[in-house]
This record gives sequence, C-alpha cells and structure tokens, in this order.
Amino acid sequence: MQDLLNIFVKSIFIDNMVFAYFLGMCSYIAVSKTVKTSVGLGLAVIFVLGITVPVGYLMNEYLLKEGALVWLGSEFADVDLSFLSFIMFIAVIASMVQLVEMVVEKFSPSLYASLGIFLPLIAVNCAILGGSLFMQEREYQSIAQATSFAIGSGIGWFLAIVGIAAIREKIKYSNVPGPLKGIGITFIITGLMGIAFMSFLGIKL
Amino acid sequence: MSEQVQEKESLFSAKNRKLITNAIGKDNPITVQVLGICSALAVTAKLEPAIVMSISVLFVLAMGNVVISLLRNTIPQRIRIIVQLVIIAALVILVDQVLKAFAYEVSKQLSVFVGLIITNCIIMGRFEAFSMANKPWPSFLDGVGNSIGYGMILVIVAFFRELLGSGTIFGWHVFEAIGLYEIGYKNNGLMILPPMALITVGIIIWVQRSRNPELIKD
Repeated sequence: MQDLLNIFVKSIFIDNMVFAYFLGMCSYIAVSKTVKTSVGLGLAVIFVLGITVPVGYLMNEYLLKEGALVWLGSEFADVDLSFLSFIMFIAVIASMVQLVEMVVEKFSPSLYASLGIFLPLIAVNCAILGGSLFMQEREYQSIAQATSFAIGSGIGWFLAIVGIAAIREKIKYSNVPGPLKGIGITFIITGLMGIAFMSFLGIKL
Repeated sequence: MSEQVQEKESLFSAKNRKLITNAIGKDNPITVQVLGICSALAVTAKLEPAIVMSISVLFVLAMGNVVISLLRNTIPQRIRIIVQLVIIAALVILVDQVLKAFAYEVSKQLSVFVGLIITNCIIMGRFEAFSMANKPWPSFLDGVGNSIGYGMILVIVAFFRELLGSGTIFGWHVFEAIGLYEIGYKNNGLMILPPMALITVGIIIWVQRSRNPELIKD
C-alpha cells in the first residue's frame, strides 16, 4: 500500500506531466480558456490514462517485453516484441479515444462542441502516449502500481490545466497588453508555473 | 447546352501559393493554431536537433497529407482516427529508419523525439482540418507550408536557447571566439530549461501580434 501511495503522490506533483515533462501542452494551452471545459478535458484525460496504461501494462507483461511470451510455450522465452510497443499502445489509445468521443457526443453535446478538435486530439496527446511509455520504461511491478501511476499522472495533468484555466479566467480583467492577450500570456504564465513546480524536483519520497 | 468551362488551376496559382505563405505567417501552426508545442519545447535546446526535427516533420506531414487526401473518400468516419494514426506511424518509422541509416549521430540525439512525431498535434490537426476535405496537391502544399512555419519557430527558439544557454551555435563556441567570457559574461543556464522555451515562444507571439493586430483575439 505504501508504494502505491508513493507512486500516486509522486506522479501528481513531482513527475507532473505538464510541468516536469511538458507533455500534453497543445490541448493544455488551447482548451484552458474556461474552467468548465478544462474540467471536462481533464476528466477525460484521467479516464483515458486510467484505462490505457493498465491495458498497456498487461500487453507489455504478456506480449511485448523480452520473455513475455513464455506462457505460450518455453521455446518463446527469448522473443522480444518491444519494437511493436508504439503501434500497440497507439492502437489501444486510439480505440479508447474514439469510444470516449462517441460517449461524450451522446451524453453532453455542448461539451463535445466546446472541446472541438481537441477531443480526437487526446489520442495524440503526448501525455497519454507518454504515460504508457513511462510505465514501460519504469518497469512497475504490478498492475496496481501501473494504475496508481496512471491515475496520479492524470490528476497531475488535471490540476495543471484547471490551475491555468482559473488564472486565465481571472486575468481576463487585467491589463494584459493587446498582442499578449490569450495565448501569449498563457505561454508566459505556464513558463512561470513550470519554474515554480521545479521546486518539487528535489523531493525524495 | 451550357458550356461549363472548368478552369484548370495552375500548379502554383495564387490560391495555392497562399496555402504556403499563410501557414508561415498568419496561420502559423505553433503561434496561431497552437499545435506542435510539446516538441517545440523539448528539442530546441540546441539548433541541430531542431532542424532535423523540422525536416522529419516536413516529410511526415507532406506525405501524410497527400496519402490522407487520396484516401479521404474511402475512410469510414468512425475509425478515421485509427486509420490516420496507422499512416502517421508508418511514415514515422520510415523517417526513423532513414535517420538511423544515414545520420546516425543526429538520430541518437533525437532518439525518443522522432517517435514523438507520431503524437505531434500538427499532423493530426492538419489531417482533420484540411486534407480530409481537399485534393492531393493543395494538401501537399498545406503540409509543406505548415512544416516551414513550424520549422521557423523551432529554429528561432533553438537559436536563442542555444546561444544564450550554452554560448554556441551548431556546437560552434561563438561567445568564446569573441572573448565574451573574459569580461565576466556567464551562460544563462535557465535558457536550457523548458520553462524558458515557453516564455520565448510567448515573446515570439507578442512580436507577431504586435505586427499583425488582426490576429489579436481573447
């Protein structure tokens, strides 16, 4: 239980997808105009991560990594299919996202309209593919650890996008110079938030 | 019987040229469309990876646009994302193999980031916004234009980050050559870190919108 909690807290603050690894920036910057859409997208990201990373873990364990195919028969002990990882992970992610898109279109057409092109773009959100690749790289010991990492990363991304959305809603009433309004000031604020989050880097749990 | 005169548009007609010039300036993928940000932060610590990345994206985006445009009437709506991703993945694997074969040093430097072209939002973004609904030649030009716009921003950001962060351009120690270190100048280490890339792009947006006020929107 202790290690699950460790991984969970680590992935929210210290290994934050947005501020430590700068993944998922496109949707982060473009959708964070209002807190409402950011909450919607953030929840979708948590959901997609929470499903694709554990599925990816299972694929990695029993299909892709070196020696994974042993359950088929011992003659497969030295088969290493990890070069297929990219395609397998992307396939799972793409299918999940298409599913989420259909569900959102059915149950919340206004959220679907306001997310626009960025809902299908969750499929290429580097944070999602990055989640699967990090899970593979860090060699988590169990599916529980992989899931805790996935949900933690999702929550970290969610916090980041809701944070920047809240700030953007507030600065709408500030005197931002014309050319900087909107995306320009968002980049600069994100850079400052990034520097602030670097304070978490030295913490060892 | 009315005569229907179908004007065959010349290959480089004004309308087609606009596809390229728009994407470099007014419709720039990074500063206006807000796509392709992740790689703009990750590979711009030095100039060389930035340029190789831009060329790789040019190939994948231009070729991908043409392929999708040719297939646009046969891809079923419900699985279009999966089809697009397969095409992108195939092209990226091609680029990866070519880089490993002919430019091994650079491919070692880029390692993960070539794979991350698969997730580069510009490519999917242009597929969805343009080549799913347009003919192959305009799609090709759109791909070329967007890649040039993307590459331009990458080169500008990488130029400043490398120059101010490590005092070099393409690995050539400029500041050392002109003797700046002797008068006490020190490299700005913060420029190598990703937050400064964000702020640099913010400043580029500032400059671009000051010169083109019609781009200003909330």
